[in-house]
This record gives sequence, structure tokens and C-alpha cells, in this order.
Amino acid sequence: MLPKRIQIIDMTLRDGSHSFDHQYTPGQMAAISKGLDEAGVDYIEIGHGDGLGASSLQYGLSAAKDAEYLQSVSAVVERAKICVLLIPGIGIKEDLEMAKGYGVRAAKIACLVTEVDIGQQHIELAKSLGLEAIGFMMMSHLLEPDKVAVQAKLFADYGADIVYVVDSAGALLPVDVKARITRVIETVNIPVGFHAHNNLGCAVGNALAAVEAGATYIDVALCGLGAGAGNAQSEAVVASLMKMGYITGVDLYKISDVAQDIARPLLRRPQEIDRAALMLGYSGVYSSFLLHTYRAAEKFGVDARDILVELGRRKTVGGQEDMIVDVAFELSQRRASK
Amino acid sequence: MNLNGRISVAIIGPGNIGTDLMYKVLRSKNLKLDLVAGVIEASEGLALARKEGVLTTSKGIGPILENPEIKIVFDTTGAKPHIMHAPMLEAAGKIAIDLTPAAVGPYVVPAVNMEDHLNSPNINLITCGGQATIPIVYAINEVAGVEYAEIVATISSKSAGPATRQNIDEFTKTTAAGLVKIGGAQRGKAIIILNPADPPILMRNTIYTLVRESDADRIRKAVNNMVARIQEYVPGYRLKVPPLVEGNKVTTMIEVKGAGDYLPEYSGNLDIITAAAVGVAEKLAANILKQSGGEVVA
Repeated sequence: MLPKRIQIIDMTLRDGSHSFDHQYTPGQMAAISKGLDEAGVDYIEIGHGDGLGASSLQYGLSAAKDAEYLQSVSAVVERAKICVLLIPGIGIKEDLEMAKGYGVRAAKIACLVTEVDIGQQHIELAKSLGLEAIGFMMMSHLLEPDKVAVQAKLFADYGADIVYVVDSAGALLPVDVKARITRVIETVNIPVGFHAHNNLGCAVGNALAAVEAGATYIDVALCGLGAGAGNAQSEAVVASLMKMGYITGVDLYKISDVAQDIARPLLRRPQEIDRAALMLGYSGVYSSFLLHTYRAAEKFGVDARDILVELGRRKTVGGQEDMIVDVAFELSQRRASK
Repeated sequence: MNLNGRISVAIIGPGNIGTDLMYKVLRSKNLKLDLVAGVIEASEGLALARKEGVLTTSKGIGPILENPEIKIVFDTTGAKPHIMHAPMLEAAGKIAIDLTPAAVGPYVVPAVNMEDHLNSPNINLITCGGQATIPIVYAINEVAGVEYAEIVATISSKSAGPATRQNIDEFTKTTAAGLVKIGGAQRGKAIIILNPADPPILMRNTIYTLVRESDADRIRKAVNNMVARIQEYVPGYRLKVPPLVEGNKVTTMIEVKGAGDYLPEYSGNLDIITAAAVGVAEKLAANILKQSGGEVVA
């Protein structure tokens, strides 16, 4: 059998934006995307960590507008496909049309794994704009494999070109990833992708488990940047896939140079599994909550872990960053009344 | 129409919202429900209306137009049907209260701008998220000057029907427009999130504003007054986190528990718009009675 080609979507400039509180400058985005393009990644995903239109008080204001980022990146990328992410309920139709104007070629339509039907409108729009439409099922740990497959089928029926199992909370173990990817592949006739978070230290291992189960699209980020404890590290995933005999089209030296020489010097804090990040994976909480939780813990004088455990208990989902302040406020009131 | 100081009304669209609305109208002191109109004779909504002794029809809007007694019509059908209904209702001299995103008439939030539109032939109720958050933005704007308002509406997955799901962009855009037009913010943004937790969560809304003058006491007082006004027609409306003022940023959180008339308590998002519709109709009815010299029963 011929070695299988794995498509690499590098999201250093999208999910990685969380690590920088969405403060990348357009110049930094251009420098990193130029390096990624030369290293040979298939897709370069850019923007606010929560996608198009997400610069907000709820998720953090980004340093530049979506259009400014797209303009600076599209000016330097020659080969890779530029990709954006849109969460229905946050981003709108006009955002996607604007992105198309800057030469974007792929759009991830990100819905909670239980609510894929709200993405129909946007998958159809992406297709009508001539974009590759990627159905992105966030918080895939919430459903059992059979039910994940039912939702994946919806995305396929709406016309998605690719469908992703997304471990937004970094809560899945390799065996769980394998089960979900396997069921989805059995159910749909489109390529399947996987997106990992490293809260339990399983990101690269989970990405490899997904590939072994048949996934052909893998999300990665340089230096393992990303929400929570970060994503699967680009350099490590590429090296591992090479050792396993897969083809990625990425030059290992070049991508590790971009990571070491361009991305790493920008880091504001170590990208690691600290005690709160670990709790995200353990409690199944959306990874983007991490830095918001640190701020709320400090403001209200409560333990970040208590906030995260309570958020897990209340079954909060992606996008509910306002619940962090709600819970921190309540915990502080409860303590004051004791 | 003026029998015992009550105004005749009709509901078109006996779905979840129309049926919840029916129970609220039946409790009203100055509204008399003359007709519930649908298109499916065997629908549950029409059966429930008959059970309450209300006249029903499955012939759509026609019988409403033919009945000169009916002065106010609630339309819960959908944006497209309402665009067709609106001119017919106006030509027949009936006031339309539009619970769809059609936005034919001016946006109305009962606690804020009802008095401005007492003579409008068509009134639009924006969105559930708009009804829950715009009054708070308005209250803060009155005392602090709102440069930017951003709201996050989180509703339970179970309470989001197919129309909401297929038109989520319309929800965010219409709500954002309402924050500016009615709330008075210079710029507005709306975000909607569905939460699948079971048992379902109550509707909750976070209202962020950036203000020109951050006098925390005045802001808290204005918000408290507004919450009390909304509670007059939405008893389950409650301040969850009182305005937190940090520099020029004010964060307020509210929760809406439904009255449980037809839709369950967790459907506060639907309850708030049906409650607003009845609130609007009662004010219109009082106005009609006043203009016709009738006795006002409120």
C-alpha cells in the first residue's frame, strides 16, 4: 500500500491566538504565515481565536480587525490555502463574504457537536462562495461515538467537504478518539479530520491515533500553541507522521525553524499543562476558558480550579465565557456569606 | 369591541409561541381573544384553543380579516408569511403585533419605547434576546452614555426551535440593530449560544457596555428600576449579577424563568417575547379605549 498523504492545517495564527490573548499584530501574522507557507503546510488558519467576528468583550478584543489580518497574510502566502473559522451565533454571513474577498479558500464552520443543524446556513454559504467547507464538531467528548457520527452525517448532508472531530476540552484519550473517528468514517463519504488539545498531555498522541483510525486532516500549531494547554505541536506531529510512513508535504527542518526562530520568541507565557489547564481536560471544560478563568480567579479571590470544576458541573459549553465571571462572582459571594 | 372595556384580539399561528401567548391573553383584563387561526385543522394548538372555549379556524388569515370586531392581531407564523399578512391587516384596519423577525413595523420593547408607537399599524418585537437585554442597555445609556453594547444570550438547546436554528444570523443581526436603535448604544454586537445541558438551563443574558461616565451608583439604580419595570410583565425576569463596573466597562447578567403557561419554565427566551406581546397589546388596548371614550380596565 502506498503511504497515505495527510493534510496539515496549521492554526498557530487562529487557535494559537488564544495564547496571545488575540494580540498578534498583522506583521507577526505575516511573518509566521510566510514561514509556514515555505515549510509546506497545506492550510494556514488565521484570525481571532474564536473565529471571524469574535473580537468582543466576551472573548477578548483582538489587536487588529479580521480584514487587517487577512490582508497582511494574503499578501505573503503563495502556496498554502488560507483558512478561517466561523462559529454560527458569533460570526455572520457578511464576515465570510469579506474573508472570501481576501482570497480565503477554506472555512471551518464550528458548531457544538450537539447543535450541528445551526451550521447548515453557513456551510451552504461557504459552498456558494466557492470555499472548501469544513464541518467542525466542537466538544466532541460530550457525545458517544454513534451520536457523533449522526451529527457528522448532518454536516455531510449540508454539503461539507470535510468533517472534523474536535476535542475542544482536551478531554479525550487515544482510545476515545479512535472510537469517534472510526464511527464517523463508517458513516460519511467525505474526508475526516481531528483537532486536539493538550490538557491531559494527549494532543500529539491523539492526533496520531486519529490518523491510524483513518483521519486524513490534522490540526496543529507551532510550539503547541493554542487554548488551554495548547494544540498538537506542528513540528512533533510532522516528525511522528514521517516516522510512521505518512506523507505530509511539510519540510521538518523548515517547520521546526519557524517554530523556534519566529513563533517561540513571541511567547508570553510557557505553553504547558499547569494545574488549571489539567483541570480543563479532567472536567471536560472548553479550553479557551483558561486565561479568562485566571483573570476572574484573581479579580474575585477564588481558586481557578474551583471555577473550572463548577463550570464542568454546570455543563457549560464553548462560547459561554461569561459564565466564568458568573461562577466566580457566585463563589466569592458564597464565601463571603460563610 | 368595547364590551366591558375589553378589546377583541386574534392570534395567527397556533404553534408553541402562539399557544403560550393564548394562555397569557386569556388572563388579560382588557383583551378578549376572539379567534385563533391556523392552517391545520387537527393541530394541537387549535385543539387547545377550543378546549379553552376560544373560536378557531384552519382557514388562515381570512376569517380574521373578515371580522371587524378584531382590532389587534398577534402574528407568530414566520418572517415570510408576516410580510404577506402585514399589508392585509393594515388594509383591514387591524394593528399587527409581529413576533417574527420580519421587522415590517418599528422595533418595540414595552419597558422602553411603547409610548412612541401607540398609533403604529404594525409593531415588531425584535428577538427574545433583544427583549431581555435592550432595556438594560437603555437604562445604562440614560445615566452613563453607552458607546458600545454587546450582549450574549444563552438559551437551552431544547427551547431553540427550527426557525431559530436555521436563521441564527438573523437573530444576531436584528438583536444588534435593536441595541443601537432602541438601546441607544452607538455600536452594538449580539452573540447567541445554545447549551445542550439536561435538565435544560434557564435563559441567561450577559450585557456588556462601554460607557462614557461610570458612576456605579447611578448605573445600579437605573438597572434596578428597569428590572422592576420588566418584572411587571415578565415575572420571571431577574438580575443575576448586578452591574459590575470596571473602568468604563459595565457587566450585567440577567436570567429569565418562564411562567410555564404552555412552554416549560426553561423556555424563558420564548416566554419573554410572548409576555412582551401581551404587554404591548394591553397598552394598545388601553389607548384604543381611551380614544373611543371607553372605560379603561388595567
